Amino acid sequence: MAVKTSGARIVLECLKREGVDTIFGLPGGAVLPLYDALYDFEGLRHVLVRQEAAAGHAAEGYARTTGKVGVCLVTSGPAATNLVTALQDAYMDSIPIVALTGQVPTHLIGNDAFQEADNCGITRPCTKHNFLVKDGKDLGPIIREAFHIASTGRPGPVHIDLPKDILVKETELVWPDKVQLRSYNPNYDGHPGQIKKAARLMVQAHRPVLYVGGGVISSDAHAELLELAELTQIPVTTTLMGLGAFPSEHPLSLEMLGMHGTYYANMAVHASDVLVAIGARFDDRVTGKVEFFAPEAEIIHIDIDPSSISKNIQVHVPIVGDCRRVLRALIDAVREEMGGGVPSLAGEARQQWRAQIAQWREKQPLRYEWDDTLIKPQYVMQEISNLTRGEAYVVTGVGQHQMWAAQYYKFKYPRRWCTSGGLGTMGYGLPTAMGVQAAHPGKLVVNIDGDGSFAMNSQELATCFTENLPVKTVIINNSGHGMVRQWQRIIYKERYCAIDLPGIPDWVKLAEAYGCVGLRVTKPSELAPAIEKMLATPAPVILDVCVDKDECVFPMVPAGGANTDMILTPPTREVREKAAKSQTGF
Amino acid sequence: MSNGNGSEPRKHTIAILVENKFGVLSRVAGLFSARGYNIESLSVGETLDPAVSRMTIVVHGDEFVIEQVTKQLHKLIDVIKVSDLTDDNHVERELVLIRVNAEPQHRAEILRTADIFRAKVVDVTAATFVLEVTGEEGKLDALIELLKPMGIQELVRTGKVAIARGPKARAKKVEPVKRARVSDDPRVVGFAD
Ligand SMILES: Cc1ncc(C[n+]2csc(CCOP(=O)(O)OP(=O)(O)O)c2C)c(N)n1
Repeated sequence: MAVKTSGARIVLECLKREGVDTIFGLPGGAVLPLYDALYDFEGLRHVLVRQEAAAGHAAEGYARTTGKVGVCLVTSGPAATNLVTALQDAYMDSIPIVALTGQVPTHLIGNDAFQEADNCGITRPCTKHNFLVKDGKDLGPIIREAFHIASTGRPGPVHIDLPKDILVKETELVWPDKVQLRSYNPNYDGHPGQIKKAARLMVQAHRPVLYVGGGVISSDAHAELLELAELTQIPVTTTLMGLGAFPSEHPLSLEMLGMHGTYYANMAVHASDVLVAIGARFDDRVTGKVEFFAPEAEIIHIDIDPSSISKNIQVHVPIVGDCRRVLRALIDAVREEMGGGVPSLAGEARQQWRAQIAQWREKQPLRYEWDDTLIKPQYVMQEISNLTRGEAYVVTGVGQHQMWAAQYYKFKYPRRWCTSGGLGTMGYGLPTAMGVQAAHPGKLVVNIDGDGSFAMNSQELATCFTENLPVKTVIINNSGHGMVRQWQRIIYKERYCAIDLPGIPDWVKLAEAYGCVGLRVTKPSELAPAIEKMLATPAPVILDVCVDKDECVFPMVPAGGANTDMILTPPTREVREKAAKSQTGF
Repeated sequence: MSNGNGSEPRKHTIAILVENKFGVLSRVAGLFSARGYNIESLSVGETLDPAVSRMTIVVHGDEFVIEQVTKQLHKLIDVIKVSDLTDDNHVERELVLIRVNAEPQHRAEILRTADIFRAKVVDVTAATFVLEVTGEEGKLDALIELLKPMGIQELVRTGKVAIARGPKARAKKVEPVKRARVSDDPRVVGFAD
C-alpha cells in the first residue's frame, strides 16, 4: 500500500529523482506549500534570488554549463510574469530548463483571484511545452515528461503551473518508468544517403567552410567536430552560440562570423562553394542580407530541428539528426569517400583556398588602436583571456562588451561560455553567472558586463553575497548604452538620444553596499594587476573598468546589409551614409 | 510573408491530429497568429479515439509559408500528425445554418431553392425558416447569394472539414531562394570558377 503525501513533497521527490541538486527561486503565497516542504527536505539546494527573472537566467547558466536541466521555482501572478523574459531567452537559445510556477487553487482559476495570471497562456509561445497540473496523481508523470521534453530533441524551456490546492492535497506518487509521447519522437540519426551526399560534397569542394552553432555544444559534439575539421582540413567558423565548440586558436579556426564576425570568416563564407552548417540556424545576425549569403555554396545543414532547415536559407542537403551522431557518421563517410588518399584535399584548388584565407586574415585581422591613457575595451578582453588562460566560465551582458568578449576571448572548451544570443537580453549576465557558479563551486566564473546591462539585475549582488557565489564581474564602463551609441553614431548621424549613464551609481560603492568587493581602474597600466587581484579574491567582486567610451565594435555589418559590406574602421561620412541606406532596424 | 521564392499564395487545407488535451487548440492557433498568418477557418472534433482530436485548418499562404507552418505544427508536442490535403484528392465539406425571412410571397421560392441545394428546413415559424445545408464552399456561397434578397437574419458556418479520398499525392518541391553570384562581388577576387 503506497503512502500518501502532499503534492508539494511529491514535486520535490520527483525533482530529486530527476537528478536535480539545485533550484533557483523566490517564494510567495501560491507556492508556500512547496517552500514548507523544502524546509526539511534533504538533498536539494535552494538559491534565493532577488527577482524571478534571475531565477530563470540562473537556471539557464546552470543548464548550459553542466548539460543538465536547470530548474527554477517561483510563485503565481507577478512572479510568473517576471519569469517570462528568461523563458523566452532559454527558448531562443535552446537551453533546457524546467520552470515551476505557483497558481491559485484550481477552484479559483479564471476568477481574477489575488495574484492570478494565466501563466500557461502567457508562457505558451515562449516555451517548448507547458503544463497545468489539475490532479495530484499527474504530478509525477508531468514532471517526468517535462524533463524529457526539455532535454531531448532540440532542448528548450518547459513550464509547469502548480495550483496551490494540488500542492496541499495528499496523494500517491505516480512515477512512470518510461516517458512515452506518441506525438514526440525526435529524429537522432541522420539519413545515410544524405550523409553520403554531404561527405562527397565536402571531399570534392574547392572552397569549403564549416559553420557551427550552439547545437554542437548542446549535443556535446565538439570532439567529433574537431576530428572532422582536421580530417578534411576545412576551416571552421562559429556563431555567437557556438563559441567554444571549436578552439579559437586552432589553425583552422576563423572565429565568429556574422554582423560582428571576423573579416576572414565572412569573406570565406561568402566565397565558399560548400558550406556545412552544423547545429546552427541561419540567424539574421549571421546571414546578413540572405541573397548575398554564401551565394555560390551548396549548403549542407545538420540540425535536430526539422523546422530550422530551409527556414531562412534554402538548403541543398538537409540532414535531420543529433549533431554528434551525424558527425560520427559523416566522419566515416568522409573517410570512405577519400579512399586511401586525400587527392582533392591536397589539390591545387584547396591550396589556393588556404592561401586566400591566410591573405584575408593577414589583411584584416581583429585589431584596435592602442592608447596609453585610455583603456581600450578590447584590451580588457585580451587581458581577461590571458590571465584566465581561456579556462574561466565566461558570461556576458548584451551590447558592445558582449561582442568584444566574443571576438577577443580565446575559447578553449565548450560549455564555458554563456551569452544571450537569440533574445539579446540585457541583465542576463549576473544572474546567469550565479547559476554557473552554483553549478561549479570553486571554479572561476567571470561575468563581463556593460554598465547598462549590469544595472538591469544588479540586485542579484545580494544573492551572490548571501549564497556564497563569488562571481567576478568586470563592468566595461563606457558611461552609457554603448551599442546604441554605436548605431546612433554610424547609422543615425550622431543624433545621440537616451544613451548616457553618467557614472551612476558608483559601482564600487554599490558592490560594498551588497557586501561584495569593489575595485576600479581608469588607466591601462592598472588593468592587469586589478584583474589579478580580482581573480585572487574569494568573494564576489565588481571590477569597474572605465574605458574609452568612443570605441566601436568592428567589423560591423549594418543590419540588412550583405556580410561582405563590413565596416572595418571608425566611420567616415561616406561610411555613415552608406550604412544609413542599408539600415533596416535595430 | 514569403522568402521571395515566387510561389503564389493560395488556400491550403491542412488536417492535424492532436492529443485531445487542454490548451492544444490555443497552441495551434497561436502558432499562426504569432507569425501574423490569418486562419480562414478552423474546425475541431474528436476522432474514433476519444484521446485524439482532428482539426481542419484552412489558411492562405505560399508554399514557403505553408512548409514553415507545417514544420512548426509538427514541432508542437501534442501534435501527432500533420497533412496538407491541398494537392491530394480529397473531399471538403462545410455546414451552414441560415435563418431567413419567410414572407408569405417568398415561402415557396425559398423551399424550391432549398430543394435544389439539398438544404433541409430544420425550423419553421410564421415569419422565418432555418435551413441547414452542407457542401463545398462554392455551393454554400451560391445559396447564400440567392437567399440574400429574401433577408437573411443570421447565418453560421462551421468552417471546412476535409478528408483524403485515396493515397496521398507527393508534396510540391519548394524552389530555392535566388542568390547573387560571388563573381558579381568586386571584393572577392579569384574565386568565380
Ligand atoms: C532588456 C533589453 N533592453 C534593451 C535592449 C537594447 N539594447 C541593446 S544593447 C543596449 C545597450 C547596452 O549597454 P551596456 O550594457 O552598457 O553595454 P555596452 O554596449 O555599453 O557594452 C541596449 C539598450 C536589450 N538588448 N535588452
